[in-house]
Amino acid sequence: MVPLTDDRIVAVTMPKWGLSMQLGKITAWAVAEGDEVQAGDDLADIETEKITGTLEAADAGTVRRIIARVGEDVPVSGTIALIAPAEVGDDALDAAVLEARAVIDAGVPDDAGGGAELQTADVGGRKISYAGAGQDGDVILLVHGYGGDRNSWLFLQEPMAAKYRVYALDLPGHGTSAKDVGDGTLGVLADAVTGVLDALGAGRAHLVGHSMGGAVALAVAARDPGRIASLTLIAPTGFGAEINAGYLRGFADAQTRRELKPVAGQLFADESLVTRQLVDDLLAYKRLDGVDESLHTLLGTLLDGDAQRGDSAAALAALGDAIPVTVVWGRADRIIPAAQAESVTGAVRHVIDGAGHMPQMERPAEVQAAIEETIARAG
Amino acid sequence: MARNITYREALNEALAQEMERDETVIVMGEDNAGGAGAPGDDDAWGGVLGVTKGLYHKFPGRVLDTPISESAFIGAAIGAATAGMRPVAELMFVDFMGVCFDQIYNQAAKFRYMFGGKAITPVVIRTMYGAGLRAAAQHSQCLYPLFTHIPGLKVVLPATPYDAKGMMIQAIRDNDPVMFFEHKALYDTSGPVPEESYVVPFGEANVVREGGDVTIVTLGRMVHTSLDAAGQLAADGVQCEVIDLRTTSPLDEDTVLESVEGTGRLVVVDEAHPRCNIATDISALVARKAFGSLQAPIEMVTAPHTPVPFSNALEDIYIPDAQRVVNAVKTVTGWSR
Repeated sequence: MVPLTDDRIVAVTMPKWGLSMQLGKITAWAVAEGDEVQAGDDLADIETEKITGTLEAADAGTVRRIIARVGEDVPVSGTIALIAPAEVGDDALDAAVLEARAVIDAGVPDDAGGGAELQTADVGGRKISYAGAGQDGDVILLVHGYGGDRNSWLFLQEPMAAKYRVYALDLPGHGTSAKDVGDGTLGVLADAVTGVLDALGAGRAHLVGHSMGGAVALAVAARDPGRIASLTLIAPTGFGAEINAGYLRGFADAQTRRELKPVAGQLFADESLVTRQLVDDLLAYKRLDGVDESLHTLLGTLLDGDAQRGDSAAALAALGDAIPVTVVWGRADRIIPAAQAESVTGAVRHVIDGAGHMPQMERPAEVQAAIEETIARAG
Repeated sequence: MARNITYREALNEALAQEMERDETVIVMGEDNAGGAGAPGDDDAWGGVLGVTKGLYHKFPGRVLDTPISESAFIGAAIGAATAGMRPVAELMFVDFMGVCFDQIYNQAAKFRYMFGGKAITPVVIRTMYGAGLRAAAQHSQCLYPLFTHIPGLKVVLPATPYDAKGMMIQAIRDNDPVMFFEHKALYDTSGPVPEESYVVPFGEANVVREGGDVTIVTLGRMVHTSLDAAGQLAADGVQCEVIDLRTTSPLDEDTVLESVEGTGRLVVVDEAHPRCNIATDISALVARKAFGSLQAPIEMVTAPHTPVPFSNALEDIYIPDAQRVVNAVKTVTGWSR
């Protein structure tokens, strides 16, 4: 949201979800003109070429105008609705609507907004891809989980770029990074994270790790505690024995759309998020040379029989209270039970309703708030 | 990292990456070296439409120009495959199959079966098909139905650059003879293709557009014609599900049947002649296995049962276009008993 000429009017804009997004389409409005909204309330369902997501309100206020119609393509950063207090007159709002309407009707995607640019670093002979957004502020590095990639953060990276320099990498074996994971230990993955921080010239950074990426972030912090300013761990591995081993093996083994779709569905509280495009993108990734082998190698890092192998709790205990740590879990997590959040000591804990194993995709505003609160604690 | 490249470049990259990975992969055919070594621009041509350009110098001794004798060099490729090589042979136009068909359907297709699984024949036969290049009756046919009829052959027809690369890599790694059909009109189309090697498995149709009203089953160049039609129909409120078969042998029956079970209506779009083609095959499949779901007779959009005309005007109306697909969809949505 950005303020307009009358700074009491806040424009709700088409978000940029991922590097390639240029246009989005509202599939349903969750609010009507005149509705009061709170930060985090659902505003609209938005469909892109890649994914369908829910746009949440960033601020509280009254929805005064809804501009984008259902089914209409809107360029990224185009204004789709206006939020303003009752004192703002209709004239000011109507002028803002006209301006916004012209942008939507022109249909020209806003490339000036920049967005995340893909870069690569050579880390010990492995090509590691990463993408950054944001010009100023602390460096945040987002570390995805098993089978994910930097697009796991597509609902978070751009919104956070307003205040921070936000980077997301592809771990070895994932995304467009080198597919070789060596022996597949956390150390190999942590090397990639450190390598990207080196490439960025970041002396100090905040790490956000999801699932296996949480354990990776802890490993980086344990190795180089002075460099990591805070840790936000989202449904991290290693805080209990229980894990959905069937999911992990199913993901590694799935060869077809029919096999993969029900597996991917377990990631979310709302399985309708698993679109054909999402499954096709996952399959295209799994069919790259070397991915099958890497995913199976990493299973050995994650699993001991059907239980978790790693011990993130010990790694966290060793860190002491040197830096602020937050854990975030989706209450409906079907991969790693949310009950494991309770066992994490020495950290602020959030359990988010209405989210499964991917709260950063299902409840991005709440996850963003948790990350920013952790960063604030780092001072 | 995916970038946009052409169908031609995607095929070239697949060949280069597999030749790099596996030294038993060789390329052979008429003009595949393409004048390399001759005065002037080295390696200027690279196959009649440039797919093998640049490979001759990159892989010395592994890109073989052959005499204009399909029965000899297709036979040589098949023999080399049984002896441990992975040849990619180019039958320049599929229209020339007549002179080497014995090598393909009676030899390559039969070896694994007749030798009790003791022999494999990992040969890829690349070939161009389809009308639209003003090349007349002997250089414009589709003919993939003839190969689909033969057990022991795999028959594949990529429609996009992504599929062209992934299916070529799969074809080369496959232990059975693969007929690899490239539509002449697709070479200059472009789309996102990963730099890395990857495979697209055979026997998996691709739902290229989702919709609940009518299923359009199609393949090859007609995928794009059908998508055009589906776009026009969406403006009229008719939602088409467009299925690209990608391979006719093996055939992904399930994706077709599941879609028709949802829509109740089927249009099959096939550039081949209408008798014993893929459209009739899919129609028979659906009539037999999804009869209870059908709410209207099946429509087929195909070329007519004539040779491809030499006249430009006639060739243009010979090739199925989006308007004919739109008309067929309107026929099945408007049908009543």
